[in-house]
Amino acid sequence: MTDTRTKPPPPGAYQLTQLRALESEAVHIFREVAATFEHPVLLFSGGKDSVVMLHVARKAFWPAPLPFAVMHIDTGHNFPEVIEFRDRTVEELGVRLVVASVQASIDAGRVAERPGVSRNRLQTTTLLDAIAEHRFDAVFGGARRDEEKARAKERVFSFRDEFGQWDPKNQRPELWSLYNGRHQPGEHIRVFPLSNWTELDIWRYVAGEEIDLPPLYYAHRRQVVRRDNMLMSLCEWIQPAEGEEVLEALVRYRTVGDATCTAAVESAATTADAVIVEVAATRITERGATRADDRFSEAAMEDRKKEGYF
Amino acid sequence: MELLRFATAGSVDDGKSTLIGRLLFDSKAIFEDQMEAVEQASLRRGEVTNLALLVDGLRAEREQGITIDVAYRYFATPARSFVIADTPGHVQYTRNMVTGASTADLALILIDARKGIVEQSRRHAFLASLLRVPHLVVCVNKMDLVGYDQDVFNAIVEEFRAFAIRLEVSDLSFVPVSALVGDNVVHRSAAMPWYEGSSLLHHLETVHIASDRNLIDVRFPVQYVIRPHRAEHHDYRGYAGQVAGGVLKAGDEVVVLPSGWPSTVAAIETFDGPVAEAFAPMSVTVRLADDLDVGRGDLICRPHNRPHVGQDIEAMVCWMADGALKVGGRYAVHHTTRTARAVVKDLIYRLDVNTLHRDESATDLGLNEIGRVRLRTTVPLFYDEYRRNRTMGSFILVDEATHATVAAGMMLDPSHGG
Ligand SMILES: Nc1nc2c(ncn2[C@@H]2O[C@H](COP(=O)(O)OP(=O)(O)OP(=O)(O)O)[C@@H](O)[C@H]2O)c(=O)[nH]1
Ligand SMILES: [Mg+2]
Repeated sequence: MTDTRTKPPPPGAYQLTQLRALESEAVHIFREVAATFEHPVLLFSGGKDSVVMLHVARKAFWPAPLPFAVMHIDTGHNFPEVIEFRDRTVEELGVRLVVASVQASIDAGRVAERPGVSRNRLQTTTLLDAIAEHRFDAVFGGARRDEEKARAKERVFSFRDEFGQWDPKNQRPELWSLYNGRHQPGEHIRVFPLSNWTELDIWRYVAGEEIDLPPLYYAHRRQVVRRDNMLMSLCEWIQPAEGEEVLEALVRYRTVGDATCTAAVESAATTADAVIVEVAATRITERGATRADDRFSEAAMEDRKKEGYF
Repeated sequence: MELLRFATAGSVDDGKSTLIGRLLFDSKAIFEDQMEAVEQASLRRGEVTNLALLVDGLRAEREQGITIDVAYRYFATPARSFVIADTPGHVQYTRNMVTGASTADLALILIDARKGIVEQSRRHAFLASLLRVPHLVVCVNKMDLVGYDQDVFNAIVEEFRAFAIRLEVSDLSFVPVSALVGDNVVHRSAAMPWYEGSSLLHHLETVHIASDRNLIDVRFPVQYVIRPHRAEHHDYRGYAGQVAGGVLKAGDEVVVLPSGWPSTVAAIETFDGPVAEAFAPMSVTVRLADDLDVGRGDLICRPHNRPHVGQDIEAMVCWMADGALKVGGRYAVHHTTRTARAVVKDLIYRLDVNTLHRDESATDLGLNEIGRVRLRTTVPLFYDEYRRNRTMGSFILVDEATHATVAAGMMLDPSHGG
């Protein structure tokens, strides 16, 4: 006996849109981790990728609540509206938030802060200490392969040794959608559900799903200084240096990270649809336009990642 | 918009990364700051702008001038969007090539016009056919170094065709290119008037990609059980997973393997609401009309269209570890959402990738070697032949001591015999 439905459907039928296919892949990854790890955690900064990641995670487990906590690595140099957004989001979703503080790592003598240098790199120690303390064995990150050339090389399930290190020369083969998350106690796996999304995919998804983002992703007026050809927002930690002119500019953020090393771009886009138009036409990558920290060396991201960075 | 996933392949230094760099550059898919960074990195090396650096992003890759691991790049033209996997040619990194090719619809096999077809070109072409990448495009590269000579191109085409006849390749085409100069990559080249075909990009934009998804055999491997434990969903029990084949519909009669218990699909749910039907690669949650004991690793299918169920598995494997595969070796096997242990019962033959000769006297498979094996698993697997369904017919073997992924397996139909 054979199935009654043996005729192939007409061509073009049963196609998912690209965004639905990406969403479905991410949902599959979330469920795979939830089914096979003991203590996963999702890195949540309030940045657009982590917001999209959290949104997809909710979908993966609905109607059950998220089966893991979220963690913010807090550099202490925050945009207040992002922290407000973070707290409101976890409250609304009823998820548990773990905050690991770079300031606490500095106070405890785990890392030393150098004047004039952003706390970006220091986050690695705070992150790895928190992973060890809470015994997290799978850590979801919102990194995308289109962001940066070292990230373009990373697996979806990325093995980290007991020192949290990434060894890009010796990654596990990763075939089809069969992931190998096996590890010894003390080692862990970084998991990147949005690996195959581009910046444009993120924005199209934000628009389509009507996902709420911190307001600084949309055009607003702000006092900035032009530094190293980037627009840095004035705040507690960024004050105009001698000879720097304070400008009032209409800007938005393409990425949101540590306030001392994330720049704004000039923009009049006040909606996700307007941002999509801008992103589709841009000639500069999001990190190139906004991250002061990645400009000083050819392999800055790779070197940080090898140490255990996001 | 239609999506084409393609992977590069071929021997070391044949120009894969340069070709991808050229393709991205000439189709204006490179951002200004990326280009500036590549120009500066090239300058520091005392080179003219090296487009391969657009994909060779690791420090070690740049130092050694080779690709070590797959780079994924995304770009779109008005006609199509593309996911590119630029893979390494070096034999040592064959497993990374396999990683990139496992999800590809099309493979670009590069051949250096001066060197012609070498062992690694054959190995990669064979791996692409084994992985059932349906389209192969052979790019005869570095035509600038052979004076754009038509005879050189024709000789390689002829030799490759003779080899490919013995592979299962459904669609084979050839393009003479120079990745360095850009001939026939995005634009047709004036240097090769004798070539009447289209540029590589035009070919990629127009090649008919017949979907290799199986829409006939309903296969739903249960991945995760959703039990909310909340007052408003007190008795909720949903089976979450990604459809691996066929079109599953609400109301369908189904059976759950391994128990064989029948039931009916009460609903197919998603966060965005119920759907009437689900097909690959949708991730959904299936609810059954009956209260059955179902968990991760079980499979939902139709009563009269079941996969093979067995503990004796025959498969082609690509070995990816330094220590050899030996008869008697024990590994963990990951297949769909099911995990088991397996012992290698028999190495039926090892394949010589140059001649495709089957060596039945072989006793082991070394790094990057390909062979046909028989495994015995601790529990039955529910599977289809790889050629019928990539998801249902693929597995990996994992070393239980080191946790390394040591083999990729493509399952064969048990009825075909040894
Ligand atoms: N003259 C000439 N040189 C080329 C051409 N394509 C690539 N090359 C050169 O060949 C060398 C190797 O190029 P790659 O692109 O790194 O080769 P690959 O195939 O990616 O190498 P692996 O990834 O390490 O296997 C470089 O020096 C390139 O500049 C071409 O069309 N003509
Ligand atoms: Mg290369």
